[in-house]
Amino acid sequence: MNLRYKLIGFSAPILALSLSVFITSLILTAIGKDPIETFILMYDYGTTGKSLVSVFNRFIPLYISAIAVAVGFKMGLFNIGVEGQYLLSALLAAAIGASFSVSRPLHILLIMVIATAISSLWGALAGYLKVSRGIHEVISTIMLNYIGTGIIAYLLGQVFNDDDKANLIPQTTPLPETGQIPSLNNFLNIEDLPSLHGFLPIAIILGFLYYFLIWKTTLGYNLRITGQNPTAAKFSGVDPKRLTMLAMIISGGFAGLVGMGPLLSYHHQYSIDFPAGIGFAGIGVALLGRNHPVGMAFGAVLFAFLERSSQILDLRDVPKEIETMMSAFILLIVVVFYEVIRRYIVTQQIKEASKEVED
Amino acid sequence: MVKLSNFLREKYLVITPILLIISIAQLEQYSQLTTSGTFGAALRLSIPILLAGLGGLFSERTGIVNIGLEGMMIMGTWFTAWGGVLFGPWYGILFGLGGGALFGLIHAIATVSFQVDHIVSGVAINILAVGAGRFFNILAFDDYEYASSTASPIVQGEIGRITLPFISGGELNGSPTFNILGSLEDQNIIFLSDLAGLLYGFTSNISYFSIIAILMVPASIYLLWRTPLGLQMRSVGELPSGSESLGVNVYLMKYTGVVISGALAGLAGAYLVLEGPSVYLEGQTNGRGFIGLASLLFGNYRPFGIFLGAGLFGFADALQLRSEESIHGLLIVIFLFMFILTARNIYMKNIKSGILTGVIGLGFFIWFNNSTTIPIQFVYFTPHLTTLIVLSFASQKFRMPKSVGKPYKKGELS
Repeated sequence: MNLRYKLIGFSAPILALSLSVFITSLILTAIGKDPIETFILMYDYGTTGKSLVSVFNRFIPLYISAIAVAVGFKMGLFNIGVEGQYLLSALLAAAIGASFSVSRPLHILLIMVIATAISSLWGALAGYLKVSRGIHEVISTIMLNYIGTGIIAYLLGQVFNDDDKANLIPQTTPLPETGQIPSLNNFLNIEDLPSLHGFLPIAIILGFLYYFLIWKTTLGYNLRITGQNPTAAKFSGVDPKRLTMLAMIISGGFAGLVGMGPLLSYHHQYSIDFPAGIGFAGIGVALLGRNHPVGMAFGAVLFAFLERSSQILDLRDVPKEIETMMSAFILLIVVVFYEVIRRYIVTQQIKEASKEVED
Repeated sequence: MVKLSNFLREKYLVITPILLIISIAQLEQYSQLTTSGTFGAALRLSIPILLAGLGGLFSERTGIVNIGLEGMMIMGTWFTAWGGVLFGPWYGILFGLGGGALFGLIHAIATVSFQVDHIVSGVAINILAVGAGRFFNILAFDDYEYASSTASPIVQGEIGRITLPFISGGELNGSPTFNILGSLEDQNIIFLSDLAGLLYGFTSNISYFSIIAILMVPASIYLLWRTPLGLQMRSVGELPSGSESLGVNVYLMKYTGVVISGALAGLAGAYLVLEGPSVYLEGQTNGRGFIGLASLLFGNYRPFGIFLGAGLFGFADALQLRSEESIHGLLIVIFLFMFILTARNIYMKNIKSGILTGVIGLGFFIWFNNSTTIPIQFVYFTPHLTTLIVLSFASQKFRMPKSVGKPYKKGELS
């Protein structure tokens, strides 16, 4: 019986995906483009070797961002502030990391620790505002995002800008080689392709770490029962305030690592070009993957793939923003489907239980 | 009299900073803080927040949390620009209203009919709106010369403006009249001139759109508290199963509330476009939907409270248009306000909060003492920071609708 529910559960994202492909097709037809041709174009472009490397490079921060969001989601806490947390911590980690030099693995580790610490603190601020001042975390994290953006602009423009006048855009001093993660191309024997970021294994390890934390520790258990039934959790001895703080700190900690993939393995410095928006995209991935490490991995690959494969569309006179619409449709439809299916399963289980009692 | 003193006690968080600002503005270098220009700008910037806040009110009073206000506002900005470019500004307003309402409807379908978590749906709507705005913009304005993927062409034509005759020097039958407030402002009398500046800012060169927007406050009060429909809507936010048992169509009420909410957010977007740059720009809303939500909390789910909150946040927003020196003066306001709160906290035996506010106040004092201006990058987030600070000192006394945020399914007891 359990397997049946699992299968029904899996069908939701597939149905949502099909339905959003259908809606997107309608829109494409409405603007006079052939939908099938467009999708084939996207698929062909998205599955070239070059594109696949780009998809996996994009997967790295997206997946970590989803994990950061999911830690909060697990206890019904909405950390919308991953965006601000990872950008602020990436900037500070880039600036501090460039200011000293130690041997390679230690240097990389220290930069990651700095980023995690700063991001945790920024997240903890939202936790504090919720616990002691009663401000809903959605409002506080969003306000903190704007404040963070302002602080970043100030720090980047006035404080950390390297004085090299040749640079037209403000940027931090590049990290020394000891603070850079080499690409995986040599290791995987794919020299003819663009560089595959060396942060990929760390992202996968973080996925396992997340799984272990949520499903194998007491803290994770407390997070989960609080998410499912706050009242029951409280009576079983969970201190909701302490747990909220912890969840925000851990979520913020993961968020700090979002920027590390791009920073350590590709950009090596923080500038205006540093990839933004991953914090918001991570919310979508977490929702799509239902906060499960494997589900989120699929979600991150899917969104990364859509994003990459849509790049070809502008050249063929289809606005590539159709991809943003499509991702949003997937998201909206999938949350509706999950809810419908959850309710269906609950009613079925109640029916079965009452049947067992009758027998 | 009792009512007045109660009001003062409840709203001391607004009144104290205002008094402080007026006092600081007596000093020559900070006088820009209370000119009619500042107040006029504050009014203009308050209105989108006010409309978004009222939008939040309609939704949350029927029990639906509306984090999607920001997205509905974004749709309001784009649809306004579209309607405005095609048919002129007044049609733009209608289009904006409709665009917001459409996204309100999506939120209603997800949260009411399918009982999706309100915040999840709202977040999804915000993501959808950003993509949709850009996508629509590319589609609709592809052939226009001055448009890009993130900006629409200019909306031609203007919404009329009015200046009050006799009091603020408006014209009557084509001839100019006295300008009592204006001349009073120029006299530099303590407090009186500042008050005149405030009223002058509010009564001169005011667009009809602003007047319509402000009329939404009494209109909301009337609709929600003086009509059977309003009673039904509010009852649904308190105890839906009870309302159901009395024959109220709970789903319909929730739909009505959320769609009105979207329409008001759309109107807020329309205001941003038409009273701002007259074009749709990506990122134009700049979190104002969320600030509107904050003003709803600040206003304790009441229209007049939202009006006050929006005024406060709008004032904070307006300051970024003023001179940097004046904004520097605001640091004095902040540390004095913090010290007043410290004194109050210690008096109320809230030692922990007292220490916290004291430390914050000291921090701002040191900052003020060691600087002459505030970095311009900090000025941009003044409204957001104000929102956080204000909420953190006001949020304990909320009385929110009882079943807000709880999914409701017909025939199920929660």
